[in-house]
Amino acid sequence: MRLKRKDILTIEDLTRDEIELILSTAGSFREVSEREIKKVPTLRGRTIINLFYEASTRTRTSFEIAAKRMSADAINISASSSSVVKGETLKDTAKNLEAMNPDCIVLRHPSSGAPDMLARFVKCPVINAGDGSHEHPSQALLDLLTIKEKLGRIDGLKITIVGDIAHSRVARSNIYGFTKLGAKVNVVAAPTMMPMGIEEMGCTIINRVEDAISVADVIMILRVQLERHKVPLFPSLREYSRLFGLDKEKMERAKKDVVILHPGPINRGVEISPEIADGPYSLILDQVKNGVAVRMALFYLLLGGGRE
Amino acid sequence: MSIKNIIDAKAIERALTRIAHEIIEKNKGLEDIVILGIPTRGVHIAKRLRDILEATEGVHLPVGSVDATLYRDDIGMKQDQPMLKETDIPVSIDNKKIIIIDDVLFTGRTIRAAMNVIMDFGRPANIQLAVLIDRGHRELPIRPDYVGKNVPTSMQEKVKVRLKEIDGADEVVVEAE
Amino acid sequence: MNKLLIKGGRVIDPVNNIDSLFDIYSIGGKIAAVKPAIPTNPPLEKGGREDLNDLTVIDATGLVVCPGFIDMHTHLREPGYEYKETIQTGTMAAAAGGFTSIACMANTDPVNDNASVTRYILKKAQEQGAVNVYPVGAVSKGLKGEALAEIGELKEAGCAAISDDGRPVMNSGFMRLAMEYAKTFNLLVISHCEDTGLSSEGVMNEGWIATKLGLKGIPNCAEDIMAARDIVLSALTNCRLHIAHISTAGSVELVRIAKAKGLNVTAEAAPHHFTLSDEAVIGYNTNAKMSPPLRGKDDIEALRQGLKHGTIDVIATDHAPQALVEKDVEFDKASNGIIGLETALPLSLRLVHDNVLDLSGLIKKMSVNPAMLLGLDAKGTLKVGADADITIIDLNKEWIVNAKELKSKSRNTPFDGWKMKGRVVKTIVAGKVVYEA
Repeated sequence: MRLKRKDILTIEDLTRDEIELILSTAGSFREVSEREIKKVPTLRGRTIINLFYEASTRTRTSFEIAAKRMSADAINISASSSSVVKGETLKDTAKNLEAMNPDCIVLRHPSSGAPDMLARFVKCPVINAGDGSHEHPSQALLDLLTIKEKLGRIDGLKITIVGDIAHSRVARSNIYGFTKLGAKVNVVAAPTMMPMGIEEMGCTIINRVEDAISVADVIMILRVQLERHKVPLFPSLREYSRLFGLDKEKMERAKKDVVILHPGPINRGVEISPEIADGPYSLILDQVKNGVAVRMALFYLLLGGGRE
Repeated sequence: MSIKNIIDAKAIERALTRIAHEIIEKNKGLEDIVILGIPTRGVHIAKRLRDILEATEGVHLPVGSVDATLYRDDIGMKQDQPMLKETDIPVSIDNKKIIIIDDVLFTGRTIRAAMNVIMDFGRPANIQLAVLIDRGHRELPIRPDYVGKNVPTSMQEKVKVRLKEIDGADEVVVEAE
Repeated sequence: MNKLLIKGGRVIDPVNNIDSLFDIYSIGGKIAAVKPAIPTNPPLEKGGREDLNDLTVIDATGLVVCPGFIDMHTHLREPGYEYKETIQTGTMAAAAGGFTSIACMANTDPVNDNASVTRYILKKAQEQGAVNVYPVGAVSKGLKGEALAEIGELKEAGCAAISDDGRPVMNSGFMRLAMEYAKTFNLLVISHCEDTGLSSEGVMNEGWIATKLGLKGIPNCAEDIMAARDIVLSALTNCRLHIAHISTAGSVELVRIAKAKGLNVTAEAAPHHFTLSDEAVIGYNTNAKMSPPLRGKDDIEALRQGLKHGTIDVIATDHAPQALVEKDVEFDKASNGIIGLETALPLSLRLVHDNVLDLSGLIKKMSVNPAMLLGLDAKGTLKVGADADITIIDLNKEWIVNAKELKSKSRNTPFDGWKMKGRVVKTIVAGKVVYEA
């Protein structure tokens, strides 16, 4: 089987077979990162541009390491140091990068849909590394890989996503990803952070956090994205933490073998209390490890095939 | 399409037994030997060889797999990405005698890639190559140390090794258009 | 004096209840006769024959001949944004769309909030315009919603209505003041109904599509609340209120109630709002971004019913040219608006094909009612003595929209490549052909 697409823009676009191909390929790549020489020559001579219009440590580093472990030349461009600050449009930036003949562009952008636009302007593959409140496909794929690794399956699991659903690209990608692989997704948030019609994406809204936690096999905690709130969507962090934060008390209702995911970075003490974040249920560091493998798989599947 | 049966189950077993003895003879025993099969069928042949060797000499032999896909020289040239398979090298290979096992030796490119993988894992004392079938048409200066059977072929023919573990039966056939 | 004879067309003049195969004869820009079989060389009363040197004869066999369309809602962008559109290109686009008169909005640079800007627009239109231009003055100075524009002088200088279109008046007290003042001059106040506290930083219709695309939504209530407020203020001040580009089922209902109570309230709908839903945004199509946004399917149905039952009086384009640099950007950064003059007729004819309106009803919404609301007594009709502003249409002509071939200076249309049925064949202003297909 082959990934017959130029770009990875959304999980919504991917079929179940494609997601499973990516996950099984990523599974093979996990071993590479455990070698002493963590480098394979597969993408030698290929150029991968990480174009980041938003601050990011985890995702950018993960893509960079993935590229380097495959021997590609990874070039990082961040908005603060580029011509973006001089007012160059995304289209012009795209045309200029295109002229340098890269083999892949990884884009992180604050505007939803920017990767779709970039993909129209450039011939090389584009990987969406998070666009506005839209999607973050590689994050969802690494979450799926982590769950599959830990629990052995996705099909039939109950996933609860807690937090700022309205502004979360991770939530959107994960709702598509988990439902496509046969899991049942419940979402819970303060109504001010619950977007209209989210249930059309195939998930169910649960009103009380406690109820959503007690049914879950997997709990995914989202970061409160204060930077995207024009006006505060809740009265105070203290109140949010008490009502929606995952703490020891709420975890008492959870299943014994529940696992917890958090896409990071964590606001410790806000959406998750430190003892839970560092506790035995937490898969946060497995997620980071799998992130590299998933991104290696994406590079391999997009660049390893034939050129037209 | 014509199908020609080259060797049967019995002949495969005889060939592997002979190779096992050649390995013991050439290496004066089995000390420091590590067997690495190339997925998929090479791994199964490696395990069979290991079983014969262990039965003969009464020692334990490490066996693993080495997938050369990420080291191939045709990545990005074929339409489809080759499927990744498992690389599992169970012990340190420094100063070990590595025996690479594959089902069919053809151009030699896979073996070249496999040797590069192994080199990235350590510095073996030497690398040897055992194959069930050598069909000729080498494109690189690679020569097997142990051969089950030499089968002269044309470029248009396909050599297929079928194994019980995967295909339900042991045989080697040559298919021609 | 120029003379024009249109022969053999199906003349539809809703004001005079005419829908017959008539000829139309105009002299000196005024309609001189509407009747069957006018001879090409009509006998003069004093004997002999008319001098035929400057007679133009148009064969309109198989075509519809109707009073020229009037667009109450156009952005001509001049002065200030000539890179998007000019009075010349905008009026050429109007002519190509069958519009013989257009009312242009005040959000130019400088804003049309004083008589000198109005006079500039009118002078430019007279020199370069292909069709009649009626400026709409600003309600407030600089569209800031703080101090009244010189509304009296705007009217004297030739403004046909006032509006802060594009910059909704948020302060209800100020809106009351403006309506009271406009009442003095019996000026129509055109309101862009949007509560900016509710629309906030929204970029498309609020709903499942916006959620899926990760775009901030604009709820229907942002329009409904302001429509309700303005209707209440209209009742209080008895000022004529016209609700611009109505887009929601809720505000259609509010207008219906207002009309049932006998209030002086009218409304217009734009073709894109009764044609496209918010699904058009999928793929982040910036040519589906406008204010108010494309709404849901229920809203489209409410607009169509509102047009059918007379709640919505007018079809207006909200022609809003934007340059490529303003549209070829990330969706949330793209400017609002689409061009609409050249696609309004075929999109509106779909209402006729779908039996929402009959042809006479459509002409009322595109010519008769706008003329009435803007106080253009000699327009919107083909009676003898009226201005010879005439649009000739081929109802069955099929064509494909090619944005590159449009007369507008801008290309921002979501209808590029659409197959249309019905096209303007000729547009006639004051007895002269200004556009020929």
